[in-house]
Amino acid sequence: MSRLALSPRRAVLGVVAVILAALVLYIPQYFEEFRVAQFSSVIAISIAVLGLALLTGFNGQISVGHGAFFGVGAYTTAILTADHEWGHLSTIPVAMVLCFLLGVAVGLPALRISGVYLALVTLALATLFPLVIQKYSDITGGSTGIGVPDFEAPAWAGGMADDQWAYYVLLTFAVITFVLVRNLVRSRVGRAIIAIRDGETAAEVLGVNLAFYKVMTFGISAMIAGLAGSLFVMNTAVLDRVDPAQYTITLSIKFLAALVIGGAATILGPVLGALFIVFVPEYSSEVDAELSNVIFGGVLIALMLVLPTGFLGGLRRIEAGILRRLGRDGEWRRAAGPDPRDGPDAEADSPDPGGSPTVEPAAS
Amino acid sequence: MELFFNQVINGIQSGCIYAALALALVLIFRSTSLLNFAQGEMAMFSTFIAYLFVDWGAPVVLAIIIAMAISMVGGAVIERTLIRPVGVDNVLAIVIVTIGIFIAVNALAGWIYGTDGRVFPRIFANESLVTFGDVTITQETVGTLGILLTVVALLYLLFQYTKIGLAMRAVASNPESSRLVGIPVGRVLMLGWGLAAALGGLAGALAAPQLNLSLNLMQGVLIYAFAAATLGGFDSPLGAVVGGLIVGVTQNLAGQYIEFFDGFELGSALLLILVVLLVRPQGLFGSKVVTRV
Repeated sequence: MSRLALSPRRAVLGVVAVILAALVLYIPQYFEEFRVAQFSSVIAISIAVLGLALLTGFNGQISVGHGAFFGVGAYTTAILTADHEWGHLSTIPVAMVLCFLLGVAVGLPALRISGVYLALVTLALATLFPLVIQKYSDITGGSTGIGVPDFEAPAWAGGMADDQWAYYVLLTFAVITFVLVRNLVRSRVGRAIIAIRDGETAAEVLGVNLAFYKVMTFGISAMIAGLAGSLFVMNTAVLDRVDPAQYTITLSIKFLAALVIGGAATILGPVLGALFIVFVPEYSSEVDAELSNVIFGGVLIALMLVLPTGFLGGLRRIEAGILRRLGRDGEWRRAAGPDPRDGPDAEADSPDPGGSPTVEPAAS
Repeated sequence: MELFFNQVINGIQSGCIYAALALALVLIFRSTSLLNFAQGEMAMFSTFIAYLFVDWGAPVVLAIIIAMAISMVGGAVIERTLIRPVGVDNVLAIVIVTIGIFIAVNALAGWIYGTDGRVFPRIFANESLVTFGDVTITQETVGTLGILLTVVALLYLLFQYTKIGLAMRAVASNPESSRLVGIPVGRVLMLGWGLAAALGGLAGALAAPQLNLSLNLMQGVLIYAFAAATLGGFDSPLGAVVGGLIVGVTQNLAGQYIEFFDGFELGSALLLILVVLLVRPQGLFGSKVVTRV
């Protein structure tokens, strides 16, 4: 990009980021308990969708089953805190390791399956999850579920309410996870992961170890979803029990929807998607409870037709369009100027209305 | 021993339902190389349409045929307006769109018809046709199987001996080249989806007397149908029927004789899918997928 376009862009983004950060930190102080807890679930869900983004958006392996990994994390925390009196936060590593192993276990056979068939298998797995819960009901509490002990604010937190404490804890984990995943995606490992998505054969020819990266990505993705599930359960202000009805195939579908709504191969897309799937059903069911799902399905379809790269992708397209119109010298052109990314000698799409010198026939 | 045979017969009966929906899935795959996650819900919707006609006094068979015709139009419209703009190559987008159709059609049916279950009339009587001791084979089972095998035969004739069938195979194999030789690719795709939707309607009508017509009619069936199509081969109609029967029988026998699967029959379907995809991905009767590098 030309240096001219870079600085204003960075400045604008920086200001926006600071404002958003302030808002995000202020939320628990402003809203009542229920809303704060809602935002906490948005945070937990966005982490889960981030895990899905890594696998499906960046690595191209479609999973309609991440609700199951989420559920495993949730149930791990619930069982350990309720029946074995663990502290809430100490259950997180257990959930993460368990889900990583499960992800690897799914990722290994997934090496031989791809595309829609993988979607099919993960769909079946997600459908199976609530049935597995009910099958092993002596551990999992079956259909009645398990009550989760309250996640309480510690004494040193200065009199913070439980819901506020949960919010800040989840927010911390979210920020750390998002930064780590962003760094992963921009690293050499990340490039290998993306290369696999864009062309397996080419990647393999270039020396990328397909099996290792695909399985590892599955494992990490599942691990992140498990972390999210574990955190989700700590939101005890509104939700103090786990039961299989919360972790059905619908959840997996919602995660996938959130992923594409936000933008499949983006880091911040999952946040947008999570906001969408938590808040939109609330408002659409106020409009018409029965039609709200019709609207949801319709929105999904419309989005794929109009904005296949999600909202974030759409924003980037607008930005790129603006940059092209702006051109290298900052003048606004009616037609698209040369792509600033093409370098200093690029040709414009259409004649430059700014008046380039015309070649005059030599006067005789 | 009689318990075993009864389970097998029951398995064949449910297997016919899976086979019917699997036929629709196979047809979509055969003509467009896509997996349609919404097939079950579309089938459920057209069964409700058939129910409306029955409610208005039409004989069952006629109602089903009318519903199939309406579904055919519906399927073609869906292909044209929702599937084609996305493009076959964008796998994730297609998955999302078909899931979106799943959600929307299910909710739409709920909004129009309500959530109560209805009783759908049978085409064939649920009376015994043949009896071996304590094992009964009903007219319904034989009749359903007969219909399915007829459909398979008709599809075979369509694909192997008609120009349209050839065009459909060409489009599924290579849309670009088909366009170059003058095949109206768009219309062929619409036809493929239309036929599949009609078959789905038939599947729903065959399933409804047993399962009771409700919003959830096909949801329990969908995964089993996918298992059936996977086992039989996604591009083989005969495979769909054979696969459906095997899945049905396996489901019942596994549930009966293996304690792990008691109350957990879906696990046997998943296991079947996994094993097939890992060991012989093209299924029993399907053709091997070869990719150009």
